[in-house]
Parts: sequence; C-alpha cells; structure tokens
Amino acid sequence: MSGFFSPFITKPVSVSRIMLNVLLALVPGIALYVWFYGPAILISLTLASITALGVEALMLKIQNKPVAFFLKDNTALLTAWLLALSIPPLAPWWLVVVGTAFAISISKHLYGGLGNNPFNPAMIGYAVLIISFPVHMTHWLTPNGLGEIAFSFTDQLNYIFREVLPGDVKLDAVTMATPLDTLKTQLHLNGSISDILDMPIYGHLAGIGSEWVAAGFLLGGLYLLAQRIISWHLPVAYLGTLFFIAALFHLVDPTHYVQPGFHLFSGAAMLGAFFILTDPVTSPTTPRGKIFFAMGAALLTYLIRTFGGFPDGMAFATLLMNICVPLIDAWTQPKVFGKKEKQS
Amino acid sequence: MLGALLVMAAIAIVLGAVLGFAAIKFRVEGNPLVDKIDAVLPQTQCGQCGYPGCKPYATAIAEGAADINKCPPGGEEGIHKLADLLGMEFKPFGGETVPKPKAVAIIDETTCIGCTLCIQACPVDAIVGAAKQMHTIIAAECTGCELCLAPCPVDCISMAPIAESVTNWKWKYPVYALTASK
Amino acid sequence: MRTLYQFHGGIHPPTNKTQSNATPIAGAALPSRLVIPLHQHVGNSARPVVEAGQHVLKGQVIGMAEGHLSSAVHASTSGTIAAIDEQLVAHPSGIPDLCITLIPDGQDEWIARESCEDWTTLSHSELRHKLRAAGVVGLGGAVFPSDMKLYSHKQKIKTLVLNGAECEPYITCDDLLMRERAADILQGAEMMRALLYAEEVLIGIEDNKPEAIAAMRAAVAAGGHQKMDVIAVPTIYPGGGAKQLIRVLTGIEVAAGVRSTNMGVQCFNVGTAYSAWRAIRFGEPLISRIVTITGNVAHPQNFEALIGTPMNELVAQSEQLAGTTNYIMGGPMMGVPMPSKEVGVIKATNCIIASSDAIFPKALTALPCIRCTRCADVCPSELQPQELYWFSKAKNLDKAEDYHLFDCIECGACSYVCPSNIPLVQYYRFAKSEIWARDAGKKAADAARERHEFRESRIEREKREKAEKLAAKEKAAQEAKAVQPAIAPVKPDADPENTLQLKIQTAIDHAKEQAAAIKPKNTEQLTPEQQAQIDDIEARRARIRELAKDATPT
Repeated sequence: MSGFFSPFITKPVSVSRIMLNVLLALVPGIALYVWFYGPAILISLTLASITALGVEALMLKIQNKPVAFFLKDNTALLTAWLLALSIPPLAPWWLVVVGTAFAISISKHLYGGLGNNPFNPAMIGYAVLIISFPVHMTHWLTPNGLGEIAFSFTDQLNYIFREVLPGDVKLDAVTMATPLDTLKTQLHLNGSISDILDMPIYGHLAGIGSEWVAAGFLLGGLYLLAQRIISWHLPVAYLGTLFFIAALFHLVDPTHYVQPGFHLFSGAAMLGAFFILTDPVTSPTTPRGKIFFAMGAALLTYLIRTFGGFPDGMAFATLLMNICVPLIDAWTQPKVFGKKEKQS
Repeated sequence: MLGALLVMAAIAIVLGAVLGFAAIKFRVEGNPLVDKIDAVLPQTQCGQCGYPGCKPYATAIAEGAADINKCPPGGEEGIHKLADLLGMEFKPFGGETVPKPKAVAIIDETTCIGCTLCIQACPVDAIVGAAKQMHTIIAAECTGCELCLAPCPVDCISMAPIAESVTNWKWKYPVYALTASK
Repeated sequence: MRTLYQFHGGIHPPTNKTQSNATPIAGAALPSRLVIPLHQHVGNSARPVVEAGQHVLKGQVIGMAEGHLSSAVHASTSGTIAAIDEQLVAHPSGIPDLCITLIPDGQDEWIARESCEDWTTLSHSELRHKLRAAGVVGLGGAVFPSDMKLYSHKQKIKTLVLNGAECEPYITCDDLLMRERAADILQGAEMMRALLYAEEVLIGIEDNKPEAIAAMRAAVAAGGHQKMDVIAVPTIYPGGGAKQLIRVLTGIEVAAGVRSTNMGVQCFNVGTAYSAWRAIRFGEPLISRIVTITGNVAHPQNFEALIGTPMNELVAQSEQLAGTTNYIMGGPMMGVPMPSKEVGVIKATNCIIASSDAIFPKALTALPCIRCTRCADVCPSELQPQELYWFSKAKNLDKAEDYHLFDCIECGACSYVCPSNIPLVQYYRFAKSEIWARDAGKKAADAARERHEFRESRIEREKREKAEKLAAKEKAAQEAKAVQPAIAPVKPDADPENTLQLKIQTAIDHAKEQAAAIKPKNTEQLTPEQQAQIDDIEARRARIRELAKDATPT
C-alpha cells in the first residue's frame, strides 16, 4: 500500500501486460514450429508452463509473498516458454520439469525474485540441462517431409512421457542433429561449406524448417519493436555484430566459414536477439550499455559456435554477458541535462 | 637448496626494506581512525559518554577502550554509522544511556543573574553574556549538550526540543511492504 | 519561423483542460474569513506587523519582508485581524505555521494606493523595492521573490522567457489569464525586460491553447511591442518546466545548480508578469490570483481568488460533488495533497483539484523494478531513474547523489510510465530531504567541533599565560626577597571558590530584591517611547513563549 502522493495519475501499463505482449509475440514462431515439426513443442510448452507456475507459487508461499499478485505478472510463464523453445521438443517430460524448476527456484527466487536475478533464468535452466543431460538435449525432431517414417502425435506423447518408441522405430530415425551441429561435425570431417549446405537438411538460408521458425521470431520481434516494448539497441546491435563478424570470416575463407545469413537464422540467434537478450532485468539499462552488451553477446555467440565445444553459443553468451551488466551500466551512464559539455 | 634459501632471504630483506621505507615515507601523523570516528560523532561535546568530549570518546573507541553505544545524541543511527565504520555489530543502547530528541537550551532572561557559570560550562561557546549582565544562548550554535543546566545556581536554563516545522520537515520513506499476510 | 529545440523524454498524459477553460474567469465571493500564512514564498517568513483586533484595509501590509530573501504579505480585503497564530497551511507536511486570520468587514475598502502612470520614470532599484513591498513572487509554483530575479548586470541577459506553457493537466489559470488580460501581461513583460536589460522576450505557450496564443499575438501587435515573440510550443509534459521551456525556445540547457541568468536567460510565469504590472502601475499588492477549480465539481472554472480564502469555500462556488476525498493543490503530476480542506489559498495555489477515488484511483501495489527503463526514456533531465530508485530505496544517499539525484525536477513522468507502479518520485523526495537533513547535521557538527577546538585551545592558552604570569611574579618576589628578606610573607589570596560562591550568593540576593521590586534592570530613566518599545518587545516575547509552549508538548 503506497500513500497518496503525486503523480496521482499513471499510464495504464503493467508488467503483466508487457509480458503478455511478449508471449503473444512468440506465437508466430511457435506456429511455424508446429507446422514444421509437429505439435510436440506444444507439449513441452504446456509442461514448462505448469511447472513454472507451480514452482513460482511455491517459492512465493515459502517467502511469504503474495502469490496471486505475483503469478499475474506473467514473468514465470515467459521464462517457461523461452526455456521450452530452447530445448529439443522430444526431450522427456522430466527434463522440461527439472530445467524449468531450476530456472524459477534457483536462478530467480533464490536471488530475490522478480527484478533481482542477475542471470536470465531460462538460459540458466538451459545451461543446467545441456551440461547435465547432454544426450537428451540432442533429440531434435526432423522437420516434416525429411523424416524417413511418420512420427505421429501419439508417438511423440508416448516418447515424451514414457520414453518408448513404436516397436520398429529407432530414435535416430525421427531425430537429427541441428543444422548448426551438423555443420560443425561436417567441418570437422573436412567438408567444405558449399558441399555441406547441399545436404537435404539445409534450405534457403539455414536449416529447412528452423530458418522459418527463426523468421517467425523475427516477425514477433518486429511486433515488440513496433509496440515499443523493447528498444532497438539490443536486437540491432546483436544481429548486426553477428552478421558483421560472420561476414568477415566468410569473406576471408568461404570454404570453412559459413555465410552470415546462416548464423542469423540458425539456432537461438533470432529468439535470443528479440526475446532473451532483451530481458530487462538481466540486460543493461543505458542505451550505450545495451549496444555493448549485445555486441559482446554476438561476439561470444560466434566464437562458441565456430570454435567452441557447443553447437550453439547463445545461452552461454547471454550468461557471460549477464555477469558484465553492472559494470557496463556503471561505465555507460549517460550525461544528464545541461551537463553534457562540462564533464567529459 | 642453499640457493633457494638465499633467494628467499634476499626477497625478505628487499621487501622488508621497502616496507620500512614506506613506513617512514608515508607516515601518517596522528591516528586517522580517531578522526574518522570523530567525524561520525555529533560533536555535542556533552560528555554523556563518560569522556570529556567527542574527540576523547573517539580516541577511546579507536583504542578499543569504549563501546560504540555510549553516545545518546548520535542516536541509533549514530551507532549504526560507527558499526559500519568499524566493521562491528550494531549494539543497542543499554542501561541509562537513551537517545533524546534534539533540543536547544533556553535561558529565562528575567531570572538570570549573570553569574557566568554557564558560559564557562558551554563546550562550544554558544552562550553570550558578561558578569552581572543577562546571558543568552545562540540557538544556532547550541548543540543541546545540557552541560549548562547543572551549574546554573538559579535554574533558569531549560531545554526546548527542536520541533518539526515546515522548514525542517522531511518526506517520509514510501511504505513498501510486499508480504502475503495483509 | 523560429527553430524550436527538443528536450529528452516527456509524456502525453490526458490534458483534462477543457472542463475548466470554457468559462471566463469569475470573481470569487468574499469568504467568511481569510487565513493568510506569513510564509508563502521562498526565503524568510514575513514578520507580522499587525495585532489581533486591529482593523486593516485591503492591501495593507500585515507581514513585513524580513531579511534579504523574503516577501511582504498583505491583507486581501478590509476587516479585522482575528488572530495571529499557528494554523494548518497549504503544505503537504500538515504542520501548522504562523498565519494571520482576517475577518472581512464586507466593505472591501482599499488602502491608499500609489499608482504610477509611467514606470520608466522610476529607477530600477525603486521598481524592485516596490515589487518586494507588493509581495510579488513567482506564481508558476516556485514562489521565489520576483525582485530577486529581476536583477542583472548590464547586457548579461539576452532573453526573457515568459512561461505560458502550462503543461500540467487540469490547470487552465494561465490559459484564461492570457486570453483575458494579455495586454497587462505584456506591459509587465516590458517592465521585466527593462529591469533585466534583456533584448528579446519569448513567450512560450503550448499549442493546445490556440485562444491564448491568438490573444497574446493580438496584444503584441496592438501594443506595438518590439522583439517580443509569442511562440506555440509542442504540447508535451513537462514542457512548461522552466528548464525545459528555456531549452525548447533557445536551445540552452540550464544544468541543476546553475542560474539561468549565467547563461543569458531569465524565465517568469505569465501570471507573475501580470502581478508585477498591477503592483507598479496601480499600486496593487499581490492579494489575489487566478485559481483553477476542477476535478470532482459540477462547474469546473477559474476564479480570481483572494489570498487566504479557505479552499473549501472556493470549491463550493464550483459546487463540490459527493465523493470528494480531499483537495490537491497543483496538477495531478506534481500537485500536493492538502492536509485539510479549510487551508487558505496561497500565492502558489494555481489549481485546486477536488479529488475522488474515480478521478485519482488509489495507487496500485508496487511490483519490484524490472529495469525496463521506460522511466529513463521519459526523463526530461536525462537521468537513470531506475538507478536513483535503487539507491534511494536502499538509503544509499551518497550513490544517489553521484547519480545526479539533485538534477531531478520531480516532474513525475517516471512514475507515470512505470509498469510496476513504483512511487518513484516519492523515493527521490525522501532521499533529497534526507540528504538535506544529513548535510545540515554535518555542517552543525563541523561548526560545533571547530568552536569546541577553539575553546579548548583558548583555555589552554589562558592557562599557559596565567602560569607564565605567576612564574614571573614569583621570580620578582624571590628577587625582592633576596634583597629584603625581613618583610613578612605575601598574604595568600582568599580561597577563590569561596569568593565566587559568596559573589553568586550576593547576586542571587540582589536578583531576588530586584524581582521583588518588579523592576527590570537598566530601566530607570526611560522616555515614554523607549518604555513603549520595551512593552512591545515583552509582549512579543510572551507570545513566542506561548507558541513555543504549544508547539512543544513537554
């Protein structure tokens, strides 16, 4: 309860509404996901959502904070969705639950809850899963039309909840490595970029299907920009830097370094640029800081993808840059009204 | 083996020399901690801590001879500041030492006989007057130490608490409680 | 077409001005009583110069300006002084302050006024003196004594900015004043320009007030004013803040703690220009002002209200509606809630909003800050409000100062857009007043330390000098002894303690005798005037003592 102070009027905006808009902006990407990979992703989204809300409620209850009041803010839901979208849709149910529970309880509430977590909870959840259960985290579905056999919704359900496959089907037949992973493996086997990209899993720019999902996230991101829910600094600096570095390497050695467009539309780059890096709690607040932050993340993403041990670098790049946020903020404080010339 | 010992000994000698030189070159006059503590104390010079003034109390704290909770004019906030400065635990007021609201002394000018005893008692020269002349207190300079009360032979000095007025009023901290039990 | 500049941020809250700007300014009915605070302006309180029971005329000085930075207070109508005591005033603290209560006699009889056909015949210091005596202060809200602002070294100030922007929602008093009394405002502006030796006058009015802009432009043309521009500025809150308007009109950014005059600009509210003109031309002191009455009332409109009019009597003339919870003085963005509905209108009262739960809903419970920086996006001072909030909330005052807390103009734009509904400005107000109190305490402690150390060293010196004297005396005595050893030893001094005790006792007896005679000291031969003065002083002393007793429950 706050007192009666000016200003007495407020703009009808709320955290809850902002987060709802972000969730809405994810819908085109999710729709394309379903179109290309079947409805399995909806199962992990639902699982993650239920877990997130449950764990959030429990954590609030333990801390004697108002449960309904905080559940309404939709932030737990957003964390859940981002995590679910980052992990393979065929991941077993317990993987989703463990990842989400870890993200909400440890990386959000143990740091003080909403507004106080230094690391992006969804990315912490992802990092925990990929380190603890690396094999399960490779069960990416083959896009529709590429698979050798039909893999129905019931089959998917059966696999997610009971980890059983229809009698004669092998897991390898319905899953595949991600386009980024394949690229990395093939490069290790001394393939050239042009040969690799001729493989059937690649489409116009990047992986068949996944490039369209990325386009869906791009569309949602543009919506967020238009709604002024996120500022342009982060996505533009991130995608721009990633493009620039990739282009540089590609120009120097086109046989070993893939085209910049491939990087933008692969892995979590698009999702990250508009939905993960832009998490206000864990990103810098100053405009210049946002640009530095995103540039650093892009550089790290590229380095991890190209030279690191993991096929995608988005999550670790985000977490590493999250550490730097207080420093970036302190260093990039803008000059205030009337003091621009005097200082500096 | 011997070589290693020699190297270690040489390093020790060099470092010792550096330290010794630094101690002479950058010697600090007086005890800087005393000044830091003194800066936190309210400078009422009231002696309620059992020391003859703020500086002696600061010295005693620095030497570890006095507790940090002996300064009523500083209030609990003062104890917190001292605790922060010295890296100690907060210690509440105990026994007879209790904080009082800030006040200034007022001389009842019709009763004053001009004995100058209060002038001699005032630690900050905040009382003006001369022998057999009426005395008065410079309110702006008065620290509210109450040292002038006891010496007055006619009990003409009283303490008036400084009331909150429109000019010294402060905005309150916004109430911010986010607990389920409400 | 003049180039206009922009300032960072700003918001577009619903203006809610049409409710009250459709009807012309009405004269308010004479209230049943007037409660006139003696401290309505920046600086020292005025000193009361009337007594309870005294009859005063309209415009008579009842409070004299005291000290360098102060302003006079006048009787708003003719009547009898009912009391000079502490009353609730239009201040958010709810702490009573010294007020003069005046019961109108209904005659509204003016005191002799000194009008002036041609102010150019007066010297600048005479003009300033007149303004000070007339109690003219800034009517835009800051209530800074205008005479202090109308001082300039020759040619230092280039531009006089007249602020008619009125960016706060609901308020229309300047709008109506400009529509109806444009010519007088411009006369005042001419006078101010002369006092400041300013070249040009820029009158900034937000473009949501086309009637006022037209009226002012017509008056400029009709009056033949040269180098005086009426400029429509974009409607954006807080475009009417002095710093923001100066920025928009001239491109100059006046930093916090810097005087705009050092950068060649001075800014006045249009209402101040009007009042200054009335004070000089007609000898009318500042005893009334235009007040917008709006909010939960049947007929929102502007009144010319006497200073001291109880707010509820004024609001009643607009027919207050049921459900009114309390009054807000000023607009919804920066206004302050009134401690009571009966407090008197003061010189800073530009608007009274009758508040109800429907108009200003209770603030929602605040969520934690999510660092979304919507506040930083709208901050006209280009601050990082989320950082200031963080530090203020943690009472980390030094850090808050480092992050330019004192550049905050408390416009409220940050709180307005905050999706977490955090009362940001309230945290800044809290931190600012804590810092002021802390700095004052620090200053007092430093002064006390210095005085104490000086005293210690003085006592030390006195002791040393005494010892030296004694040593010299002893030496002399010994030398004398050596010469004439037969002389009897020097008589020892009487015990100093005893002598002092004796002296004090005599003094006490003496005092008692005097008290019995009920004759103050040094008052044997007095002229009647001196006696009268002493009586006056005694009476005042008694009154202050009474007040002190009331104010400080023992």
